[in-house]
Amino acid sequence: MIAFLMHEDKDTVGVAVTDIKKGRLVLGRSLHGGAKPRLRALMDIPLGHKIALRDFKVGDTVTKYGCDIGKVVAPIRRGEHLHVHNVKTKRW
Amino acid sequence: MSKRTFLGYRRENGRVGIRNYVAILPVDDISNAACEAVAHNIPGTLALPHAYGRLQFGEDLELFFRTMIGTGCNPNVAAVVVIGIEPGWTDRIVQGIAQTGKPVAGFAIERHGDIATIAAASRQAKEYLQWASERRRTTCSVRDLYISVKCGESDTTTGLSSCPAVGNLIDKMVAAGATASFGETSELTGGEHIVRGKAASKKVAAEFMRVWQDYSDMIFKEKTNDLSESQPTKGNIRGGLTTIEEKALGNIEKLGRRTKFIGCLKPAEAPSRRGFWFMDTSSAAAEAVTLWAASGAVVHLFPTGQGNIIGNPIEPVIKLSGNPLTCSTMSEHIDLDVSAMLRGEMTVDQAGDALIDIMLRTCNGRLTAAEALGHREFVMTKLYRSA
Repeated sequence: MIAFLMHEDKDTVGVAVTDIKKGRLVLGRSLHGGAKPRLRALMDIPLGHKIALRDFKVGDTVTKYGCDIGKVVAPIRRGEHLHVHNVKTKRW
Repeated sequence: MSKRTFLGYRRENGRVGIRNYVAILPVDDISNAACEAVAHNIPGTLALPHAYGRLQFGEDLELFFRTMIGTGCNPNVAAVVVIGIEPGWTDRIVQGIAQTGKPVAGFAIERHGDIATIAAASRQAKEYLQWASERRRTTCSVRDLYISVKCGESDTTTGLSSCPAVGNLIDKMVAAGATASFGETSELTGGEHIVRGKAASKKVAAEFMRVWQDYSDMIFKEKTNDLSESQPTKGNIRGGLTTIEEKALGNIEKLGRRTKFIGCLKPAEAPSRRGFWFMDTSSAAAEAVTLWAASGAVVHLFPTGQGNIIGNPIEPVIKLSGNPLTCSTMSEHIDLDVSAMLRGEMTVDQAGDALIDIMLRTCNGRLTAAEALGHREFVMTKLYRSA
């Protein structure tokens, strides 16, 4: 069962389409590409929230829809929850 | 796609509406009570109370008149009674609406008082209501339809499902000759380069970028933080959206894959010809839909993630959502559930067709969830303080 969706193959985050439980091995799918990443969730990730698909360090850019959606402000590991506590806008 | 017609009300100026209201329109905040009294006396008429109309000036005043006159001109409105505190601005609005050829009459309260004004306006409203009740729906083409689109309380599911469904409808309906409009100027931030690429000409692209930059400059002038919890909203964040860039990229899915926009409209400005238009609007739902209604849009498509419940008194607002939690916990607000898209059980093309179906049923007279629930948010956009 698909647990998260990406928009483009180069996206570095996926969107949970079900409530993902910590420790589960989860499968994703890219809407406009062929990517089908599989990884272990390191945290609970509620439906609609994002799972990191790679490790990030502070200052890295997060990619979704194939575009820049903001900058990393706290380190994030692959499989962790990525949201306002570790990513901020570059605009405002 | 075979469905290209619906049953609408063709007005005196040729424009087509999907509702048949007799509106009781206050010029200013202090005339709300008289308008509400008239609507109480003559059930079936619709009072449109609002908060402004006094001591506005400059561009803000022009926007006020455009909104008032445009609301009266909207083809969902059959006839209008206008009530203001004094006769000057009241008549300016009456004359503006009269350009459409529809029945409209104005009443001023000064030198008469509320009670005499309410009596005279009620007699006129009663005549209009009976006249409007004999208007009949006739078969109209989607070429006669003006659709507005805007999402609200978005989350990550809107960019994956409900917004692409709207985009699919836009591609199909604009190709079939319909008029449509998108806006939410600030909420394109992070995807403005994509929107610029959807302009039909370099001139339109440059105009869009100028309007977007103006709005952005205003935000930088007034902001006291990074706008987190305002844009994105607290609800957006609860739903998983992290930044304005992410929110904008989901929003832009509503613009479709193929459709180009042919011009930029000022707030509440009517399109001059068929096609897809950008309008400079706030991203706050009630303000934005009020502007589109004033520009003549007759049906609004509203994707929501977390469940924005907005309606508009004269322009029916159709809600669609792909968030299964929202569709189950707030089902009374949702006209079309597209959560099957998230499960991979409904394609964008199928969702677009389902949305066309519910939109045409709404145009034929089916009440939206927001109409049935009595949502009538009529909210003016105010550019700055009054004099």
